[in-house]
Amino acid sequence: MPETPLQVTHSQSNDAGTPSVMEVLTDAAKHSVLQVQDYAKLSYDSVLNLFTPPRYGQDTVQQMDDIGVGSLPIVLLSGFFIGAVMVLQTGSQFQRFGQVSLTGDIVSLALVRELGPSITGLLVAGRCSSGIASELGSMLVTEQVDAMRAMGTDPGRKLVSPRVLASLVVVPLLTTISVFIGLVGGMVASVFSLRLSATTFWQRAIAILEFSDLMQGFTKSVVFAFILSTVGCYQGLNVRGGTQGVGRATTQAVVVSSVLIIVADTFLTRLALFLADKL
Amino acid sequence: MATRSDSTEALRFSNVWIGFDEGPILRGLSFSIQTGETLVLLGETGTGKTLALKLAAGLLRPDTGTVRALGQDISAKPERELLQFRRQVGFVFQEGALFDSLTVGENVAYRLEEDGVPPAEIEPRVQEVLRFVELEHTSEQLPSELSGGMRRRVSIARALIARPPIVLYDSPTAGLDPITSQTIITLILRLRDVYHVTSVLATHRLQDGFALANFHFDPKARTVRRGASDGKSGPAVTRFLVLRDGRIYFEGSPEDMLNTKDRYLQRFLI
Repeated sequence: MPETPLQVTHSQSNDAGTPSVMEVLTDAAKHSVLQVQDYAKLSYDSVLNLFTPPRYGQDTVQQMDDIGVGSLPIVLLSGFFIGAVMVLQTGSQFQRFGQVSLTGDIVSLALVRELGPSITGLLVAGRCSSGIASELGSMLVTEQVDAMRAMGTDPGRKLVSPRVLASLVVVPLLTTISVFIGLVGGMVASVFSLRLSATTFWQRAIAILEFSDLMQGFTKSVVFAFILSTVGCYQGLNVRGGTQGVGRATTQAVVVSSVLIIVADTFLTRLALFLADKL
Repeated sequence: MATRSDSTEALRFSNVWIGFDEGPILRGLSFSIQTGETLVLLGETGTGKTLALKLAAGLLRPDTGTVRALGQDISAKPERELLQFRRQVGFVFQEGALFDSLTVGENVAYRLEEDGVPPAEIEPRVQEVLRFVELEHTSEQLPSELSGGMRRRVSIARALIARPPIVLYDSPTAGLDPITSQTIITLILRLRDVYHVTSVLATHRLQDGFALANFHFDPKARTVRRGASDGKSGPAVTRFLVLRDGRIYFEGSPEDMLNTKDRYLQRFLI
């Protein structure tokens, strides 16, 4: 028997309600499957809602401004220096074989196929996926999302679809700008570091590109835009635990979207190489 | 807008159960409200008052049982149809739940803009309801610039703008000082007695319930008077419903509540 009201006896502390390890693992697995299911449904609905009214054009434009214009400075800055660093890293190797003129080729291919989409995707994920999660999460914990539903508005249409559409439009544009600025950065580094003429750099950089390279970069940027926007919305609309939960969702949004972008990049690259062989 | 002479049922809960991971919260809730009636939903924190309101607004679905509101079974409706239904229900959230990125005027106008009402018609209606809650001067301010009581009043204005036949209030006076609480209750009285809406007030403050039962707003004199209304527009019936552990513990008139010998209920009266 317990001696004080706050004490528990040995038999009470080992009550039958304590779950076994297997039960904990099963629950965790079920929880994960449910999360994937919910995320898939949110993603599917976000696209489906774009084709039926009501549509929120003004919200979409506002999101384009926030995601696109807001991300432009970091995309420009990072794009320029990534192009320059690529030239510095590869140029010394090409110099050993007397093939400095190939610098434009390699920088162009790397930026268009790989670095432009993935770096832009990761940067926008870091800035906007977290922003979306914290904004929607705050709205959820302050009952603004419920208020929206109570007034007959579908939060999926009002909050999710405009963000997804805005990302699908602006992330490929940002990627294009990033690639161009990356090439400018590469050219500057080539001219000053490798003594390569700017004309040669641009001629080689443009000539090496094929339509499939452009499509690969474009497809990746669209997929990454979809990932970063839907993950941000999903995390924000599934916040649990008040303001602390908002912080957790914000971190999760960046981590999950970044990992998914890298994983998707691998599969998309493999698919692009497969299609390039076939076509 | 509903009229007092209507004797139709505005809301009916039939054996409603709902629960979450921690177990059932509402356990077989059954009650009904007639059109024009006022129901005061009393109970301690965590007894499921807010859940009952959210079920009534179709924001949640019961695990079992049915909820009928305004002649429709809302417990079985798909979300798309529920969105249409909710346009007929006013919901005043505990903390106001105003959209913090919109101004007061935009918050109040939100539902009209969603319904595609022409802008020329929106502005006068926004001013009308803001005047009703005596906040017409705050139209351009952001919710963060208002006090807690003002935010609740804007929330009432927002619920009122679409002229719903039923308004659900989730602890509208929680955390407010007595004078501001009095202002909010007066607004609820005015809304009830001027627009004749069916009201459900979830609260843990018994004095709010008695204020609704023992006072009425006289539209001609534009003042709050003691006692029931003059009878010209019908009696403002107020009932009390006390929840305890997710079940109905007491249901009755204000007099029944006042004269109760039950020790648990007497704790609300102290």
